[in-house]
Amino acid sequence: MGSKGIIIRVSGPTVTAGGMVGARMYNRVVVGEAGLLGEVIRLEGDLATIQVYEDTTGLSLGEAVIDAGEPLLAELGPGLLTSIFDGVQRPLDVIRQEEGDFIGRGGVVPALPRTKPWPFVPTVKRGDPVSGGDVIGRVAETPRIEHRVLVPPGVSGKVTEIHEGSFRVTDTVATLDNGTPLALMQNWPVRTPRPFREHLSPTLPFITGQRIFDFLFPVAAGGTAVVPGGFGTGKTVVEQTLARYAQADIIVFIGCGERGNEMAEVLADFPELVDPASGRPLMERTVLVINTSNQPVAAREASIYTGITIAEYYRDMGYRVALMADSTSRWAEALREISSRLEEMPGEEGYPTYLATRLANFYERGGRVACLGSQERQGSVTIVSAISPPGGDFSEPVTQCSIRVAGTLWALDADLAHRRHFPAVDWKRSYSLYMNSLEDYYRRSVAPDWSDLRKRMMALLQQEEELQEIVQLVGIDALQDPQRITLELGRILREDFLRQHAFSETDASCPMEKQYWMLKVIFDYERLCQDLLKKGRPVEEIFGLPIREELGRMKEIPVAGFIDRAKDLMARMDQEREREAG
Amino acid sequence: MTDLLTREYGTLRSISGPLLFVQGVRRVSVGEMVAILLPDGRERRGQVIEISEQHAVIQVLEATAGISITGTRLRFSEHVARMGLSLDILGRRFNGAGQPVDGLPEIIPERWVGIIGDPINPVARDKPAHFIQTGLSTIDGLNTLVRGQKLPIFSGSGLPAKEIAAQILRQSRAVGEATEFAIVFAAMGITYREASFFLDEFEKSGVSEHTVVFLNLADDPTIERLLTPRFALTAAEYLAFDHNRHVLVILTDITNYCEALREIATAREEIPGRRGYPGYMYTDLAMIYERAGRIKGRSGSVTQLSILTMPDDDITHPIPDLTGYITEGQIVLSRDLHRKGIYPPIDVLPSLSRLMNLGIGAGKTRADHRGVADQLYAFYAQGRDLRRLAAIVGEEGLTESDKRLLQFAERFEQEFVNQGGEERSLEQTLGLGWKLLGLLPKERLTRIKPEFIQRFYKG
Repeated sequence: MGSKGIIIRVSGPTVTAGGMVGARMYNRVVVGEAGLLGEVIRLEGDLATIQVYEDTTGLSLGEAVIDAGEPLLAELGPGLLTSIFDGVQRPLDVIRQEEGDFIGRGGVVPALPRTKPWPFVPTVKRGDPVSGGDVIGRVAETPRIEHRVLVPPGVSGKVTEIHEGSFRVTDTVATLDNGTPLALMQNWPVRTPRPFREHLSPTLPFITGQRIFDFLFPVAAGGTAVVPGGFGTGKTVVEQTLARYAQADIIVFIGCGERGNEMAEVLADFPELVDPASGRPLMERTVLVINTSNQPVAAREASIYTGITIAEYYRDMGYRVALMADSTSRWAEALREISSRLEEMPGEEGYPTYLATRLANFYERGGRVACLGSQERQGSVTIVSAISPPGGDFSEPVTQCSIRVAGTLWALDADLAHRRHFPAVDWKRSYSLYMNSLEDYYRRSVAPDWSDLRKRMMALLQQEEELQEIVQLVGIDALQDPQRITLELGRILREDFLRQHAFSETDASCPMEKQYWMLKVIFDYERLCQDLLKKGRPVEEIFGLPIREELGRMKEIPVAGFIDRAKDLMARMDQEREREAG
Repeated sequence: MTDLLTREYGTLRSISGPLLFVQGVRRVSVGEMVAILLPDGRERRGQVIEISEQHAVIQVLEATAGISITGTRLRFSEHVARMGLSLDILGRRFNGAGQPVDGLPEIIPERWVGIIGDPINPVARDKPAHFIQTGLSTIDGLNTLVRGQKLPIFSGSGLPAKEIAAQILRQSRAVGEATEFAIVFAAMGITYREASFFLDEFEKSGVSEHTVVFLNLADDPTIERLLTPRFALTAAEYLAFDHNRHVLVILTDITNYCEALREIATAREEIPGRRGYPGYMYTDLAMIYERAGRIKGRSGSVTQLSILTMPDDDITHPIPDLTGYITEGQIVLSRDLHRKGIYPPIDVLPSLSRLMNLGIGAGKTRADHRGVADQLYAFYAQGRDLRRLAAIVGEEGLTESDKRLLQFAERFEQEFVNQGGEERSLEQTLGLGWKLLGLLPKERLTRIKPEFIQRFYKG
């Protein structure tokens, strides 16, 4: 236990306490008779300023403030998966059982259930030397994910005792020769990155099942993608679609300052949605950290750190983790609100001047790494961060600071969203810096001409854009027939390839293989148009061929057997050519 | 417990705008209500918003005019702002601070509830899934409203937002039984004329008995406006979750609310954010808007239909901008359509209902609903683009299929959007949609499944 003081000021979500001799920055404190949870964010003499994770209404001067003597910790162990936590890792379902349908205050509930037994199977034996990061055993956390019990970083020794059997998270399962007991659960300060051995280069893609992302603007496993977009441009749908269909072992979804009803949708759908890869409910690979916009603002600030710490923990087990943050702007706003209560000198748009540093520190916690420990293991945390720029204006600080550190930008566009073109990703503004390092993978695993197709596609979209400008000025009659074909092809790429229906069963997720063959067919169609044009067929007639309509329906063809259907379409185009030639 | 004798103070030290600074106050808490006793015996009310060793800061709900530093006494009430509730609130009229203004006696409360409202635990929320038929094609067909949703109308000054709200109110009642629904109406800073429009409307459509009204008019105290929506939503939650009503809450006008928020922030000398609005406006608005939804195991719901006036029709202004980030979509009114004489002048392109997918489809509305909506959107967006093009190059410069799109956009506005006071069933709306889609060849209907085209398409 640390020091004990009393409240001398209450202002919004911050409280100032006097008599806090010896308190340390970012220590956890318990505030007032209601026992609210807080964190020290400023020290001046014996005065400590505390951000309180709960509503401060009802706090009085003179109430006690107790320093817990340790920073805000996350509990890491079996039971995280399928859980739904608030920003400071309180399990929301337990809170509901205890407090009812509305969240009251001052509830202290451990993150992981203390009474639930887990079957533990050791993977090391007595006498084995172990060090931080080593796996000492496993627990079947969900039917799909094996939880690897890790030696906490900084701990090492020889195993003197280890048992198989059923244990609760706090029970000792093994003892080291220096007397250190090891349990299924460990704690970690959320604001400190968990250590790893070394960074690995981003040579593997994070496959999303979304054509515009996988084909045009891929993000590497362990990379960072930022998704800025004004309201209604589909950020949340992008985040949720990725949480559903992305190829990752573990998903950590942070609903940071967002809508309660949308969270209810996630909570209702995830347990029912089945992951096609494993046939198990998606919830079994998912941890949800939810702090809706009307939950206390300081807990919203903490939610990002709680989420990334959990993500790092599964990375350390050797898993590919995807962290979805929706939305980072709300986190930044929480930071701004607290900063302004501290009367700090504001930087741009009122955000504190350390916004860029904090954001960069957060994004840098992603990455593909060689895990700590003596065993060879690789893990990754891929961050997909949604950003809500005010007025949809990307020049604002949160967007700009994020773009500077992120490797992939998926810029969402209100105009596309208005015409219901989803994902509303603006292909002119978006980019991926991982393209070169991933090229090798795509060439080997998808197709040798992958990168040619991609370049061809980008060039065509660009040409179409330029032609559109001409059409806007002088009308379509000014275009020559080959240009009309380019225009039509641009439209096909946009409408029939890039547009993807998140709510359609067949189209919501599209494997790389299908993406590749769809493009093959589309480019074959381009050749057909050109060939027929050379033979003197008028363009209207060419575009009127029934095959054109079928291109538009390719997305709805199921994955199984798609390649055959694609080859079939290409064969029919060949026939068309022959007919013309003959 | 606190000694009651020390609950009254005469140590008022300064007054600034709507704020009082009182020295040496012990054992008060943030949010506590305060009675301000003037020397002449009059009484005003305030609320503690900040406490420190030096002083307590109190925001005065009514005007500070006439309050003097000497002779004024402050009595702390030991409770936060709260409202006494029972079913008797139905049919009653209150001011913005929750006091009856209809000349009838005070409510005898069944229970007292703090008006700030605890957040609904996200795991306790039930996902909204029930279609509300509003009788307006642009909403039912393209931006479907569901129970538990918060859908604001983004209006501009002089646009008929209140007529639309009233029409929705009138027509959507048909879905629920009389004993199952309730209306909570909160007026914030609107004129007497606007308020009486709604009150007459309740009277005319015979729903007054099921309505709770909170009135803070333009000439009522500004600060009281900060409490008005909270009283209204406290009443709404009570009716919905204690008494299983489907409650429709109408909040008008959010812009006036935000201005009151800015006023108090400036008086507190807080660092201003965009356009002078406080940095915490997002959180503050969220604490209002988020009080909508459904709860598992309870049959009631709170649906919010708020009206906000976009200053200078600017959708990027902080008020509509922050609102759009919190609410589940928005209905945007267009001055151009209004000028063309189209009613309701709803511009469907920037309008959106995020919960639409939860409320439509087979078993709820109709299986082809999603596809029809997407296709109408796509064609209308293309048609609008072409309209710009046609203005430059002339209609002769367009291809035959572009001309059809242009015609589609025109008829879409005149026939689908424009419906006057007529009430349309969903069948009529979708039928009209298909009729307009028939202007284009069926091969172009790529957003609709072939089976529906076969069934409904009439070229």
